[in-house]
Amino acid sequence: METRTTSRRTFLSLSMGVPLGAALAACGSDGPTRPGTAASTGGGGGGSSATYWYLSTQPQEGVRTRTMERFNKANPNGTIEGTTFQNDAFKTKIKTAIGAGQAPTLIWGWGGGTLRSYVQAGQVDDLTPFFEQNQQLKDRLFPSSFGAATIDGKIYAMPCETMQPIVLYYDKRAFEKIGAQPPQTWGDIMDLVPKFNAKGIAPFSLGGQSRWTNMMWLEFLFDRIAGPEVFQAVFDGEKDAWSHPAALDALGKMQELIKANGFVKGFSSITADSNADQALLYTGKAAMMLHGGWTYGSMKTDGGDFVSGGNLGYMNFPPVDGGKGDPGNTVGNPGQYMSISSKATPEQKEIAKKFFSTELVSDESVKDWVGTGAVPIVKGADSAFAGSPDAEFLNFVYGIAVNAKSFAQSWDQALSPTAAEVLLDNISKLFQLSISPQQFTSNMNAVIGK
Amino acid sequence: MSVIPLPSGRNVPPAAAPGGRGASALPWLAVPALVFFVGFGVIPLIGVLLLSFTSWDGLGDISVTGFDSWRAVLADPGLPHALWVTFLVMALSWLVQTPASILIGVFLAGQQRYRAVLAVLYFIPLLLSSAAIAITYKALLDPNFGLGAGLQIDVLVQDWLGEPALAMGVVIFVVSWQFIPFHSLIYQGGVRQIPRSMYEAAELDGAGRVRKFFSITLPQLKYTVITSSTLMVVGSLTFFDLIFVLTAGGPGDATRVLALDMYKRGFQANLMGPASAIACILVLVGLVLALLLRRLGGRDASASQLEGA
Repeated sequence: METRTTSRRTFLSLSMGVPLGAALAACGSDGPTRPGTAASTGGGGGGSSATYWYLSTQPQEGVRTRTMERFNKANPNGTIEGTTFQNDAFKTKIKTAIGAGQAPTLIWGWGGGTLRSYVQAGQVDDLTPFFEQNQQLKDRLFPSSFGAATIDGKIYAMPCETMQPIVLYYDKRAFEKIGAQPPQTWGDIMDLVPKFNAKGIAPFSLGGQSRWTNMMWLEFLFDRIAGPEVFQAVFDGEKDAWSHPAALDALGKMQELIKANGFVKGFSSITADSNADQALLYTGKAAMMLHGGWTYGSMKTDGGDFVSGGNLGYMNFPPVDGGKGDPGNTVGNPGQYMSISSKATPEQKEIAKKFFSTELVSDESVKDWVGTGAVPIVKGADSAFAGSPDAEFLNFVYGIAVNAKSFAQSWDQALSPTAAEVLLDNISKLFQLSISPQQFTSNMNAVIGK
Repeated sequence: MSVIPLPSGRNVPPAAAPGGRGASALPWLAVPALVFFVGFGVIPLIGVLLLSFTSWDGLGDISVTGFDSWRAVLADPGLPHALWVTFLVMALSWLVQTPASILIGVFLAGQQRYRAVLAVLYFIPLLLSSAAIAITYKALLDPNFGLGAGLQIDVLVQDWLGEPALAMGVVIFVVSWQFIPFHSLIYQGGVRQIPRSMYEAAELDGAGRVRKFFSITLPQLKYTVITSSTLMVVGSLTFFDLIFVLTAGGPGDATRVLALDMYKRGFQANLMGPASAIACILVLVGLVLALLLRRLGGRDASASQLEGA
């Protein structure tokens, strides 16, 4: 009898355990991966460790992992456990996890509207006292990077990583082929379009299925035509703010460029996540591309000798003829942001704060970021550019960020998730030419302040 | 156990014996399934229904707002559009899948050995995950780096996923490619159930292949068609992963089916209330369609088709 019970129990544990174990293992290998934890998480149960989720795009992932590993080595008693995710998967996962009370200690993000929704739900800690105690740390970072971290006068996130203005990249070889110069005005852009098309080169590359890629164009057109005030009014929730005449002008100009075949064929089915839009530029299929500063690093790694051979040109978005906006202004990500979950244990919060004040913006991390061709949000980071092979690009980006009178945050990050979704939806229809600028503005006016 | 030993047990079918083992054990066998259905089906369904009367951004507190979410969803022009796209995908994928599945199913129901090998090959698409299929097709159809551009076949160089009509066609094609194997398998089983004697009789009367197909196979498959169609129609309501990866509902909202609309509202726009309302609509539509198909098949649709043979 005894043996029978045992064998049945074994059978049960096998039948229950195996599929479950297999399912768990599958989760582990399919979804998130855990780098840099082998050394740090040994001996379960000892001290608590803080958790940290971040994006797996290279070369940024490497820097994040190395920063965390250095911290763990220096603080063996309070380590950070990292998990990586893909961009879009991360956005959904982190929101769901926070809503379910399962957030990681360190909540990584882009600040702005999403951070506001975390704050309103009481999910992240107020870091104002922390920065008051660590004035040095605050002074080390670019003041402009704190804008997207500040909600109602309080700081809820630590700005970190890099400044990523949107840049107009171009392929010097393509311009040689048609014997033209990079555009100095919006008029030049419209003139270049037929010339490139005649040579079988797409004027602009664009990953339109990702939608926020299209949005970068509108951000610049709005700014160049009327300055940052138009979107600021939207952001501030002013009634009918989208109906500004400059908005209609910008949206019309956008559709003119699309109708003139300014973008690569099939742009609305290309995603930016696969970097196919960058590939179009470095393979010579497209002449120009408006994209974030972060793409420099990936074009360098993926593009063969495109960057190292000096074929990549870059400039700030040109002014629009008769426009009122300062052509020195820029848009994009003034930084990345890390908040502390209010659901974390006091020990975890201590580890997180220690990470903020020591390793996150340490000189070594700064050097590491510079090595990927990015500009850290640390004041005087330009001193680290000297020996870099990317010094020219780094100085260019640093110059934009320092000299810009306005460094506007990306619209979809600045707005609430609800309004951002409607915005992205309408932008993709605008680019599809299925709605007019008037329809766009009335659709968008309907969700102002939501 | 009060089974009285009968003198001639042959005459009494075992299942019909009152208080027999089989009869009393059956309800208990259904308990695990029932527990799972309540736990993973009914309770979440009630949760969604309750959520549809609230306002919740997925993060903070849930507040009851009555019919606000329903009003917002029903007044949104996006809903009729999403419904239309959903029905279009449903109808087109049924039209493509059903004839193809019947033909392949009939073919595979033959006895020759090589058909077994072919059956395995045909079955492969069903084993792949939708996401993998979508990513693969997306890469193949890329107008700049895809199959057409690589082989320099101009006909294949189209903006497959960027033109609304083409994108819809691609979605139907990929869905069919994935699910035809499954329905072929159902039809293969159905065809094998048809008694040989019917074909033998027809052959004696001099019927050819085509005649046998239309006069015997197709009518005999009636209930299989209904079963397969129900699965297709109800299944098409839940197409999500494939479309999400392939087109993300685009271009514009050309391929935004109801399930995708629900996801976008819930998890991208943080509107759990309206998303739940759409989920309820989705359940309703599915129920109505399944009931309609049952009606279409007549009362005895679930009865064995062998009895009349």
